Amino acid sequence: MSKKVKNIHDKKHLTRRTLREWGWGYVFIAPWIVGVCIFFLYAMIQSLQFAFHRVELSGGVILHPLENGIFENFVKVFTTDVNFPTTLANFGIGLVLQLPVIIAFSLIIALLLNSKIRCRGLFRLIFFLPVIIATGPVMNQMTAQGVASVPMVSQNAMLGMLEGLPQFIYEPINNLFSSLILILWNSGIQILIFLAGLQKVPRAMYEAATIDGASGWETFWKITLPSVKSLILLNSIYTVVTLATGGSNEIIELIYSATYTATQGYSYAMAMSWIYTAVVAVILVIVFLLLKEKSDRKVVYEQKRVDMKGV
Amino acid sequence: MLLTEMKLKENGTAAVPAGRRIVRENRKEKWKKRLLGSADKRGWIGSTVVYLLLIVISFIFVYPVLYMISRSLMSRNDLLDSSAMWIPSSLTLHNYESAILTMDFWNSLLKNVYLAAVSTLAQVIICSAVGYGFARYNFPGKKIWMGVLILAFLLPGQTTALPNYLVFQNLKMIDGTIKPFLITALLGQGFKSTLCILIFYNFHKQTPQSLIEAAEIDGAGHIKAYFQIAIPLATAAIVVVTLFSFVWYWNETYLVRNYLGYGSTRATGLTTLMLELNAFEDSYANAYSTWASSVTSTDRINDAVRMAGTVLAIAPLMIFYFVLQRQFVESVDRAGITGE
Repeated sequence: MSKKVKNIHDKKHLTRRTLREWGWGYVFIAPWIVGVCIFFLYAMIQSLQFAFHRVELSGGVILHPLENGIFENFVKVFTTDVNFPTTLANFGIGLVLQLPVIIAFSLIIALLLNSKIRCRGLFRLIFFLPVIIATGPVMNQMTAQGVASVPMVSQNAMLGMLEGLPQFIYEPINNLFSSLILILWNSGIQILIFLAGLQKVPRAMYEAATIDGASGWETFWKITLPSVKSLILLNSIYTVVTLATGGSNEIIELIYSATYTATQGYSYAMAMSWIYTAVVAVILVIVFLLLKEKSDRKVVYEQKRVDMKGV
Repeated sequence: MLLTEMKLKENGTAAVPAGRRIVRENRKEKWKKRLLGSADKRGWIGSTVVYLLLIVISFIFVYPVLYMISRSLMSRNDLLDSSAMWIPSSLTLHNYESAILTMDFWNSLLKNVYLAAVSTLAQVIICSAVGYGFARYNFPGKKIWMGVLILAFLLPGQTTALPNYLVFQNLKMIDGTIKPFLITALLGQGFKSTLCILIFYNFHKQTPQSLIEAAEIDGAGHIKAYFQIAIPLATAAIVVVTLFSFVWYWNETYLVRNYLGYGSTRATGLTTLMLELNAFEDSYANAYSTWASSVTSTDRINDAVRMAGTVLAIAPLMIFYFVLQRQFVESVDRAGITGE
């Protein structure tokens, strides 16, 4: 309704009222605009400058042009650094492997919690606990103690089978198994999001399906999964973002230590972080393209949601 | 309508003519139903499987925590004794005593609470206002700013961390005080501020515009409408953002290290328990060398002390979580993060 009112205003001319609306909008977001300009946009530009210059620190920051081509810092990251390329590759492959594990796991847990069970609160409490306590230093301590992996005999047998694979594939899979608990620990929020989504699927739809003779399996594929499909995208993006910015991330440690190492320094660290950002951005785009809903389906989904709200 | 249809159908099948065979079959059916379940009720087998799965996975989830607690209570002899895998032969709080000394626990805890609470407060106030501004008003350039907001959410913060550090260094504010935290939070650039703004944006969008417009017609100004209508209706979002901001500020190490400065120690400035845990090994070595004359060599750092330190670092948040668990868990779906 309010939109219609505004449209009428727009058609006539800029009334004093709309101008005031604009002004108040900017008043409310003003602090953020100042902040985002200094701490995000300006910072981005500056870090780009760092990455394409040689930084000298003497009192202030002095930028020197690079002697060996403008991509010198980036080239250096890949040619002189022993750790960074492998760590980055491991991170990328690890992320791609972890993502489906986390999504599938949290969906299964949400489905279990959504069925009629006692003590749902208690189970929810347990599955959400890692969101509170899973932090970089804690995870590091746990990995050091070797409690990050599920103690199972079959793990060794499975890894034995994979031994023949090339190192760069074997390594991430090995990591996946040896820190399975930590990976599952990352699914707290995702479980809650799926659970909330599942609870919004109207019961009548399931009832209708069972009357028509659909099995539980069919109901899952035909009703449950399509209903939470948009949440799968949301959860995937959320997972990638949290894993990429999380404290137990080795690359972040590398960047941090490079910043304060005399031989590497600011510009080197910034080149590293831009490469890292690019990798994360590419993964995000791929995830988005793979999981986004096709437009026609989206219309149906929106329609369904409207119907649901009507009920 | 669907329900009535279903009932009709059920009645239809139940009304099949009865006989002796059918009685026996009914009994069989009943047991089968109990074990395997029917369309609307899960059987015993199904329930057992579900509970078993949940219990096993729950155990896997809490296993590291249980392990840490059990380890932290072990004496040095138990650590070496492989038969005392889980239950310590004698409970000792000695590890906790050394960990408390190493981390300067009470002092660090106090500083940590201060840092997290003040920053959270600033973050909630600003993010709510910004989220409201985006949700309630239309203004030129809104789409661009929203784009920037989402970009800031998606990109990892490492590219901006260093320039931000330099900003504060130029202002001479990297001195182990709360200033950098407060300023970033007040400008909507705190830890995960962007996510908080998006949560508030989603939530304020659900408040009926007509309600606010009615209030404005009744003479309430824009500020008054925000405080008296939008804020009271957004309690769930305020709860979720407050709780999570606190947790985020508590758990962050990378940016905290940046803002407090590399050389900041607990003697001169603020610290957090996570920083203390990060530096646990070194602190312990330092502390150990000063105690060396009074303690025996068995007090060298071991797993039990490390685990005691870890437990101490997460204990405050665990208590916080168990006390406010309902708010934590339920606010997530009430705050509309699910993309409503």
